[in-house]
Amino acid sequence: MPTATPTAPQLDLPAADEQQQGKAPFESWGRYPNYSARIIPLHWQSDFPAIIAGLHNGALPVGMGRSYGDVCLLKDGNLLLTTGMDRLIDFDPETGLLTAEAGVTLAQILDFAVPRGFFLPVSPGTKYVTLGGAIANDIHGKNHHTAGTFGRHITQFELLRSDGTRLLCSPTENPGFFAATIGGLGLTGLISWATLRLKPIVSRMIDYEGIQFHGIDEFLDLSNQSKDIEYTVSWIDCAANGRNFARGIFMQGDHSTRRAELKPSAKPKLVLPFDAPGFALNHLSVSLFNTAYFHKQIHKRVVSLQDYEPFFYPLDKLLHWNRMYGKRGFLQFQYVIPWEHAKEGTIAILHEVAKSGLASFLAVLKVFGDVPSPGMMSFPKPGITVALDFPIKPERTFPLVARLADMTFEFGGRLYPAKDAAMTAPQFQSFYPQWQQFARFRDPMLTSSFWERVTGDRPTL
Amino acid sequence: MSPTQPSTDRPIPPLRKILVLGATSGIAEATCRIWASQGASLFLVARNAEKLAAVAADLRTRGASYVDTAVADLDDTDKHPELLAHAVNSLTGMDIAYLAHGILGDQAEAEQDFNAAAQILYTNLMAPISLLTWLANFCVQRRSGTLAVISSVAGDRGRKSNYLYGASKAGLSAFLAGLRNRIDREGVTVLTIKPGPTRTAMTVAMPNSEKFADVDSVAESIVSAIDKRRDVLYVPFQWQPIMFIIRNIPERIFKKLNL
Repeated sequence: MPTATPTAPQLDLPAADEQQQGKAPFESWGRYPNYSARIIPLHWQSDFPAIIAGLHNGALPVGMGRSYGDVCLLKDGNLLLTTGMDRLIDFDPETGLLTAEAGVTLAQILDFAVPRGFFLPVSPGTKYVTLGGAIANDIHGKNHHTAGTFGRHITQFELLRSDGTRLLCSPTENPGFFAATIGGLGLTGLISWATLRLKPIVSRMIDYEGIQFHGIDEFLDLSNQSKDIEYTVSWIDCAANGRNFARGIFMQGDHSTRRAELKPSAKPKLVLPFDAPGFALNHLSVSLFNTAYFHKQIHKRVVSLQDYEPFFYPLDKLLHWNRMYGKRGFLQFQYVIPWEHAKEGTIAILHEVAKSGLASFLAVLKVFGDVPSPGMMSFPKPGITVALDFPIKPERTFPLVARLADMTFEFGGRLYPAKDAAMTAPQFQSFYPQWQQFARFRDPMLTSSFWERVTGDRPTL
Repeated sequence: MSPTQPSTDRPIPPLRKILVLGATSGIAEATCRIWASQGASLFLVARNAEKLAAVAADLRTRGASYVDTAVADLDDTDKHPELLAHAVNSLTGMDIAYLAHGILGDQAEAEQDFNAAAQILYTNLMAPISLLTWLANFCVQRRSGTLAVISSVAGDRGRKSNYLYGASKAGLSAFLAGLRNRIDREGVTVLTIKPGPTRTAMTVAMPNSEKFADVDSVAESIVSAIDKRRDVLYVPFQWQPIMFIIRNIPERIFKKLNL
């Protein structure tokens, strides 16, 4: 008998090959821009060499598609979907070192780690990102001022290159590739697996405190007083002007030190099932939402014990919340401005946003600490960071975002590639002057729509 | 179809010994992750050594109390007795045998080339019959055990789009019904699993793949059906009424449909 490959039994479906040969849309979280690509799922680390060898256009490893703009897109190219590579490889409860394939999500890591008394060293605003994506964007979280970026907690990983080489990368082995891959937007090779240092916890709960503030000065005072608190972040009302300008809620928390049951999380059930109509989010609805959100906290200060899920991942409860912005999608915009101009820059930018009347209701404000990132192209640096989102209204949104990018540059700041779909090549190259040094580590087969946009580069084939 | 009456006279051992054939298939891997987190002992069989090692490491890390593996091509039926004897030796017994290997095959090719058709039938029907013959007799001797076998809703009625795959699964379902009729009274449970389309990394790029069953919930249903000693599992459960309707469409009409 000829041999055959075992596969999962299935009802008849369109042949997998047929689908994968064709182009399918792969959406980034902002749903803009919208490009088709050939999606090639990788199930196994061993799939990569044969697949990459047979490709004729550029390729890009992708995960959950939670970055907002086009760092996870490759127009008319090949997207290597890594979510099938989600196996754990080793865990040492003595050291907290977890080794896993790069397609494992932070949600899967939490499901494994929390019942064992461990937690992620750095959590972004969603747990639905892959380990590989977290490294490639060198993500940050509410504890940036105490823990630095995600990459600081990666002790080693393996990088597969399109020429067939496998590089073990750590601060001491292939340190150039280690630094280039952390924050390297998936362009240096496929991260096949990585080792992450988890941290011990004794409870799922967070000792939470929410404090209302009015204005950037109050925000900075609160940030100063909370330097020793592990997690801090602020929601800010960007629609309000005048008396309520830059009002917000400063949220802080520490892992509770009171021992409690470390049960696994429940599965999310709510899914936003359809696209909201384009007019659903307008200046009025967002202003109303923001006012309600600000006053939801009746007292100036609220102290409570909160589960980590709502504290870290409030939006994960509603799967596909990005559909709220409708089919046209939205632009994210996140800058950091170093201390020298942080305050005046932030006030100027927030005024510009409020003046524009383009509503942003997921506006987040945070102080970045001075813990250096190991990544060559990492975004965070000491100062103030603000993340905003704008529904796409072509005649208004793009000019506003272009103005904000110029202002960011004038104040000595920079933008976050993972949340960008609009910065120009000259802007990127002045935000990240080390980009040419980074480009030397790029895998010649790998590229992204972002990379092509900000460098004018086509893959060398 | 027999009624799916859970019986309570056969208690579930806490740390079960489970033999998994086709352990690198998506549904099998998801099922094994649940068993591993419960602390089960696992013996895994698959064709590809590298993939098998990756799955084994994952299951060890997730808490399996014991994981052993063997690389084997299950089309090689002559080697089945030796392989199975080795597996139950390694596990020092066996509470569950889970058969998850199989191929979809290429319907168009199989319509033209008998060898391609025979391959589908061999892998999906002959090889499982060979395995189940040994396993059934092993369990009957001990008067205990569960044989959980992945068949398919496609075996409930032949359709032009995949009738060779369907024929192999129809044969398998019929074999399992007969085997159950023979050995259930000997204390051995036979579970026929009929999954509908399941979302795995492989199907993620397909149209409407969002609507496919989530592989982890399919796996949960399988684990729970085994625990409850059910006879037949349609998963997700909606496939039971759907297939009831499809089975009962008169042939006069059915032959004209495009299914």
